Amino acid sequence: MFIQQKKKGSLLKAAKGVAAGLACIATMGVMQPAHAVDFKGERVEWIIPFKEGGGSDTWARFYAPLLSSQLPGNPVIVVKNVPGGGSTKGANLFQRRGKPSGLNVLGTSGSTQFPYLLGDKRVKYEYKDWTPVLATPTGGVVYVNSKLGVKSAADIKMLAGKKMKYGSQGATSLDLIPLLAFEMLELDIKAVFGMKGRGAGRLAFERGEVNIDYQTTAAFLKKVTPLVEEGKAIPLFTWGVMAKNGELQRDPTFPDLPHFAEVYEMIHGKKPSGSAFDAWKSFYIAGFAAQKGIYLPKGTPDEVVEAWRAAAQKVVESDEFNNKSEKVLGTYPQAVGEDAERLVRNAIEIEPSAKRWVTNWLAKKYNVSL
Amino acid sequence: MIDSLLIALQTILTGTHLMYLAGGVFLGLTIGIFPGLGGIAGLSLLLPFLYGMDPVSALAMLIGLIAVIPTSDTFTSVLMGIPGSSSSQATVLDGFPMAKKGHAARALAAAFSASLFGGLFGAVILTLFVLIARPVILAFGSAELFMLTMLGLSMVGVLAGNSLVKGISACGIGLLAGSIGGAPATGEYRMTFGNSYMMDGIPLVVVGLGIFALPEIIDLLRQNRAIAEASKLGSGWLDGLKDLVRHKWLAIRCSVIGCLVGALPGLGGSVVDWISYGHAVQTSKDKSEFGRGDVRGVIAPESSNNAKEGGGLIPTLLFGIPGSGSMAVFLGGMVLIGLEPGPAMVSTDLEITYTIVWSLAMANVIGAGACLFLSKWVAKLTTIPYALMAPFMIMVICFAAFQATRDIGDLVALLGIGLLGVLMKRFGWPRPAFLIGFVLAGGMETYLYQAVQFDGWEFLQKPGVMIIGLLTIVSIYLAIRSGKKSSSDEETENKRPVATNLGPQTLFAGFVCLAFGYGLYDASQQSFLGGVFTGGLCALMLVLSLIVFFKLLTNQVDDPVNFDNEVDAGYVGDQSITSLPHYIYWLVGLIAGCYLVGYLIAIAVFFVAFLLLKARASWSRVAFLTGTGVGFLTGLAHVMVLDFPRGLLQDMVELPWPIG
Repeated sequence: MFIQQKKKGSLLKAAKGVAAGLACIATMGVMQPAHAVDFKGERVEWIIPFKEGGGSDTWARFYAPLLSSQLPGNPVIVVKNVPGGGSTKGANLFQRRGKPSGLNVLGTSGSTQFPYLLGDKRVKYEYKDWTPVLATPTGGVVYVNSKLGVKSAADIKMLAGKKMKYGSQGATSLDLIPLLAFEMLELDIKAVFGMKGRGAGRLAFERGEVNIDYQTTAAFLKKVTPLVEEGKAIPLFTWGVMAKNGELQRDPTFPDLPHFAEVYEMIHGKKPSGSAFDAWKSFYIAGFAAQKGIYLPKGTPDEVVEAWRAAAQKVVESDEFNNKSEKVLGTYPQAVGEDAERLVRNAIEIEPSAKRWVTNWLAKKYNVSL
Repeated sequence: MIDSLLIALQTILTGTHLMYLAGGVFLGLTIGIFPGLGGIAGLSLLLPFLYGMDPVSALAMLIGLIAVIPTSDTFTSVLMGIPGSSSSQATVLDGFPMAKKGHAARALAAAFSASLFGGLFGAVILTLFVLIARPVILAFGSAELFMLTMLGLSMVGVLAGNSLVKGISACGIGLLAGSIGGAPATGEYRMTFGNSYMMDGIPLVVVGLGIFALPEIIDLLRQNRAIAEASKLGSGWLDGLKDLVRHKWLAIRCSVIGCLVGALPGLGGSVVDWISYGHAVQTSKDKSEFGRGDVRGVIAPESSNNAKEGGGLIPTLLFGIPGSGSMAVFLGGMVLIGLEPGPAMVSTDLEITYTIVWSLAMANVIGAGACLFLSKWVAKLTTIPYALMAPFMIMVICFAAFQATRDIGDLVALLGIGLLGVLMKRFGWPRPAFLIGFVLAGGMETYLYQAVQFDGWEFLQKPGVMIIGLLTIVSIYLAIRSGKKSSSDEETENKRPVATNLGPQTLFAGFVCLAFGYGLYDASQQSFLGGVFTGGLCALMLVLSLIVFFKLLTNQVDDPVNFDNEVDAGYVGDQSITSLPHYIYWLVGLIAGCYLVGYLIAIAVFFVAFLLLKARASWSRVAFLTGTGVGFLTGLAHVMVLDFPRGLLQDMVELPWPIG
């Protein structure tokens, strides 16, 4: 009733129209891609394979009106939630039915990339078919209960041999990253599963049921910082951020906290390497460095891709975005176009040896068969 | 605190705030009256427009929408026996029988005035509770939450009906059905038969619709009458108001329960109305009318479910942990507006919290008031011949079920659960007990596992656990005592006819035993942590259901396990009653049609065939009703960006929307 209405049957027509128009332009040899695409009066369906109200949903609903105002013809963008199967259902639907008209886009998260990397049998989608428009990174901070006696990351060796508990959503969820990290740091941590989200894990921490936890950057800043100030929580280390050369660097939001590779070195006396670290890094990129992304389906013409990328570029440069994004997205620079492509390429590839290692480890330690 | 409260009240009572609030309320009512869509769909509609609005007005609109979700649901629950969401499932138990007796207006009035009262009284409680809520919520760990599920489970005692062993078995079926899908401790898939739909578990809305709504529709169709027995409605909406005044203490107690239990993250939402319904039954001297149209059975859940929404605000605002689907969307909306949940909401931002709490109360007054006003007219729906209503209701139920996960599996699950519901209704296996089991299964297993992991079995010695444990024992004691009393009462009552042919019942009981047997086998295939809960459950339930089976097999006609609604309701030998499987075939046909040619084509064909053959309507009438139904649905789907279930036809041939 509020949304501008337009017959949906015209979606197909429009797709054909756009295709015909493009063919026309191509034969005439006129190369003005950004002007050739016009979504005036159209309705863009943005599939989000998660429930209403979650992190990915909020992310999409934040971006939708901004992108709408920058796309040629200002189409209405509607977010369509298709949850289920740990986000594989919506992605499968997009793979099967997404039309290359620029009117069908998909938003995915780390939870969509993990089953893809792990070879979950529910995955019927192929990231390599899709074209990334934008990637949103985030970071994470590991913190412990101050009763454990550590004052900062420098005391991390004191944690050796201490029995700790961690509240987790599941070994193949985003929690794979902390669980792998704890394993590599040789900490004695028992994962207690069945948490309904990171918020539940934090609540368990506040109740004293678990004594080690991690939160993404935004949640850490708003909800754990008060606990740090009260002296109840001690931040230990961050996951770090990826530099362009592929090396791990300190997270600019927390310049005083060491990153994971640093604490690894503090404990083991050498830089991390080998299959375990390769695996950690692959999942870290898929889960954090390129956590959320906007994709166009297979076969989308270059002009349409360019129009989307140009719109995304204008969005992240706009004042409106800069005024509001910090509260919703955190402080990390958004990757658009080629940058997004480079990040995503790293996020969807994993060394076969690293994958083997992780599969074996999951089976042995958590009884997970994939 | 007083200062904050005054500032908040000042904000709320300004013209623009009230206007946006009322806007949200009416949008919520318009959408929410459609079961299965409720507030979440409404919120997704609203969210794009929140952007760019000033935060206070946007918040007002958001709250207006949230507040009326459990209110507008009541229409279909009471009038048609269709529970639109988990918050109106308990209302169906007595609300719908009242409508059938011709007291629809009274039931609606009682429900809405109870909602209104619960919402307001809940706000009063919240105003104080919010100040101490943080430590209280932190005191409820996994161990305490587990005990709370046990308390919820003890309500089965009073809802078990004639035979306790049958009641507990019914609850066991619910627990088993609720355990389908990923195990909380290990993520292993249980009882899914390799089916990807079942891996996520069966959605609660589908279960509620299948177990309550479908059996009632079939029953009414078989009798071929209007919902209300009398052609003139027996009582007016003023009687409903008087009912609330008469049972004011019940309403007060239930709104306190709603508010406090609703505030516990991770459990609250879905069990509150069952706990208050059970509470109403437990504390009533004369229980004979519950389930047959006792107005207390309407007042109790309705006064608690609006208070519950207020309670649900607490973990959302204080911890950023939403207790329900609608709260999750509310949280998303808050973030988009630029409001950040956290401890500050009870210190520096206390006036925002109060603004939210009292806006919610205000929205309840507007929403429930409007519904109350409408109920007199809407109640007349119950006098329409049922054969004309039925296709609309079946269309609505299928559409609502499909909104649960938007998978064709929703419709198949609806049919499966519907069949189970029909059989449970016929053979007297209490469906509320089944639903309580289903609702609690997930929480019970998760919290038990977590409690043992966190504290070991010593968790049983925690003071909170012991207090809730004591309450549970009292609740069970009351149930047993009242059970004895009512059974001795019944002997003095007129003897109702009892079934003498126990064959069909025995067959069903045998099927239940088999289901538990399969559950036990499935558990043995899992790792210890993945199978211990279902395994233990099935072992216990197998014993109980075998007792039922054995009693029926040995033809113990006088035992309370013997019940056959066909005999009890006098259907046997009555020529005017259509046979039971007849309408099941209609439903199977519809679902099979959806599978083949998609929902929209199937439902249109169903409309035409049903109206011609069953309602014997003229062609022009058939065309008009079909056009209205299908047209309305298509318009709704377009505005809300919803798809219809696709069939094999759509997979093979590209068809234009909406049929493609």
